[in-house]
Amino acid sequence: MSTLFLAHTEADGTLAKAALEALAATVQFAAALGTPFSVGLIGDNPGPAADAIASCGATRFLTISGAAFAQARYASDAAAAEALCRAAAATVVTVPATSRWNRVLPGVAHRLGGRADTHVTGLAAAAGQPQVSRWFYRQRMEATFTRSTRPWLLALEGGIAPAWQGAAGCAHAEAVALTLPAPRTSVVGFQAPASDQQTIRPDADLLFVTGAGWTKKQADGQVKVGEAGTLILDFLRLSRSSLGSTKSLVDLGGEGQAILPFLSHLNQVGQTGSTPRHAKGLATCCHGEEPHTVGWRFIGERRAISLDANCGWARGKADILYVADAFAVMKKVNELLG
Amino acid sequence: MYTIIVCGSLVPDPLQTLEPISGPSGPALKNEMMLPAWLDPWAGHALYEAANLAAHHPGSKVWLVCLGPKAKLQQVMMTVAQKVPFELIALDGSAGGFTDAAETAAALADAISAIPGLDLSKLLLCGGWESASRGAGATLQLVGERLGITDQFQGVDSLTIEPDGSLRILERVEGGKHQVSVCTGPPAVLGWATGNLPEPRNNPQVGMANMRGIMPALQKAKPAAVGTGDITFTAVSLPTQTRATQVIKDLPPEQIAADLVAWIKSE
Ligand SMILES: Cc1cc2nc3c(=O)[nH]c(=O)nc-3n(C[C@H](O)[C@H](O)[C@H](O)COP(=O)(O)OP(=O)(O)OC[C@H]3O[C@@H](n4cnc5c(N)ncnc54)[C@H](O)[C@@H]3O)c2cc1C
Repeated sequence: MSTLFLAHTEADGTLAKAALEALAATVQFAAALGTPFSVGLIGDNPGPAADAIASCGATRFLTISGAAFAQARYASDAAAAEALCRAAAATVVTVPATSRWNRVLPGVAHRLGGRADTHVTGLAAAAGQPQVSRWFYRQRMEATFTRSTRPWLLALEGGIAPAWQGAAGCAHAEAVALTLPAPRTSVVGFQAPASDQQTIRPDADLLFVTGAGWTKKQADGQVKVGEAGTLILDFLRLSRSSLGSTKSLVDLGGEGQAILPFLSHLNQVGQTGSTPRHAKGLATCCHGEEPHTVGWRFIGERRAISLDANCGWARGKADILYVADAFAVMKKVNELLG
Repeated sequence: MYTIIVCGSLVPDPLQTLEPISGPSGPALKNEMMLPAWLDPWAGHALYEAANLAAHHPGSKVWLVCLGPKAKLQQVMMTVAQKVPFELIALDGSAGGFTDAAETAAALADAISAIPGLDLSKLLLCGGWESASRGAGATLQLVGERLGITDQFQGVDSLTIEPDGSLRILERVEGGKHQVSVCTGPPAVLGWATGNLPEPRNNPQVGMANMRGIMPALQKAKPAAVGTGDITFTAVSLPTQTRATQVIKDLPPEQIAADLVAWIKSE
């Protein structure tokens, strides 16, 4: 068996945390099997990134470089991954589950006559073969399985192992040549809210989940969407947390109702949203099952504030449920953090 | 003028409790055939975006290619048919989460290739970027590869046709951002995320027009022998950890706030 770890460099030429985590998982996996592994890197100039992980234990470092590989584009990424897998004669291929790799991995497996599995949350060696775990039905049930087809390509989710750390050195990277046909697609840029409005912060310790309750009539008979918006934004600014939302709250915006303008579908957690990874989570004004179960499947410590003492969804899912008015509590929290 | 093919199937209603069981050909859901089913949400967004695009480009046509158990497809189509105009191609087989994406993709690609007069140069192959069942985000790429389409986009929230006919596409990437790409034109694969359109209201007239094609399509649905492929499942389980939730009532907001701040600041 020969394992290949594939990664792409970031805009600054380094490897992202997700890549170093997947590398660490690959190192452990290869050690458990007692087989060697190679590293394949793509990017504008991936040589320095290869040197930065020179001591990871890989027997070979292969690179594909050039301006075309600085862009996350299906045609060029799939061709590069295919070429690296062939050059390494890999039977098991691991990649970090970045949007860039998730886009191409199944297609690459098809070209190689292999199979791909995405969103892998566990990788182990059983009877000399890989055994993987992943979630099905939107993080509702977890399965462990093996496959007989090779190569087997695996996209490893963030948090699968602590990020690899080690000394830099000289990787003696081998360049793999690849000529591409003229691309039909070009990446022209990125769209993001202005940085003071960017509410999604994947690296934050805390995920702050807001529910539709923030827009509901309160005990004094008033709807206080403006105040809710200020409290939420102040808290995000003071705590540097990442903002998640329930579907109900995000959807309100589409129906012409007064709504929190900084929320979009990208904030939505749950079945039809995301399942982000953070050490802590605080849910406020949520009643739905989704934010409490699927939405924080990968959240470590969890607390919730709701007026509803019987919120069945928080029970068994949160460590602590505060039965209280989130407006009053978050106002005080902001005062203390300010 | 576009040929827009949307691949999408059905999933159990997300609010149902799901329980895995071991079936004759691998894992399955308890009472799978009894669970109320829906059009897979992200595939639904793809369908509404496709219909909207077709409405703005006269002469375009939307196909919905569904692989699922025939009886269930018929139920789900009763609602879906009322949303937007499309022609159905149905394949009779398992839409369960434990089927292998490679097998599903092979069956879908065969069905698409068999569409008479299919012109790749007009083709936009759409679907959800992930299903709510397998959640792999793999099927569309595999269908695309089988049809030879190498301009592929996933997590798409917006598609704009530029005056020169090129496609301007926004895809979700890390950190709450969108990557903006321009592709010279079809063919392309678009795995949709939420897009920008609300779910269309039921329109009985659209429903009646659609049903004229849907019933025959369901009748001639070919069996598709899709299964778990080369996978051997060793375990499938529900998460067992339930937390011993401490319910704190009657604490003044000041104290809760102090408690929370200490927790937020702790390592
Ligand atoms: C196909 C489908 C897909 C779905 N996907 C998702 C998904 O991805 N993500 C998702 O989140 N949902 C999803 N849902 C919806 C989900 O089932 C719930 O309807 C939704 O999560 C409920 O949202 P909520 O908790 O914000 O709102 P509500 O149910 O309206 O709850 C509001 C809560 O706020 C509390 N509240 C009000 N005021 C205060 C206050 N001052 N202080 C404290 N608490 C207060 C109330 O007591 C109540 O408990 C999906 C549903 C379907 C059908």
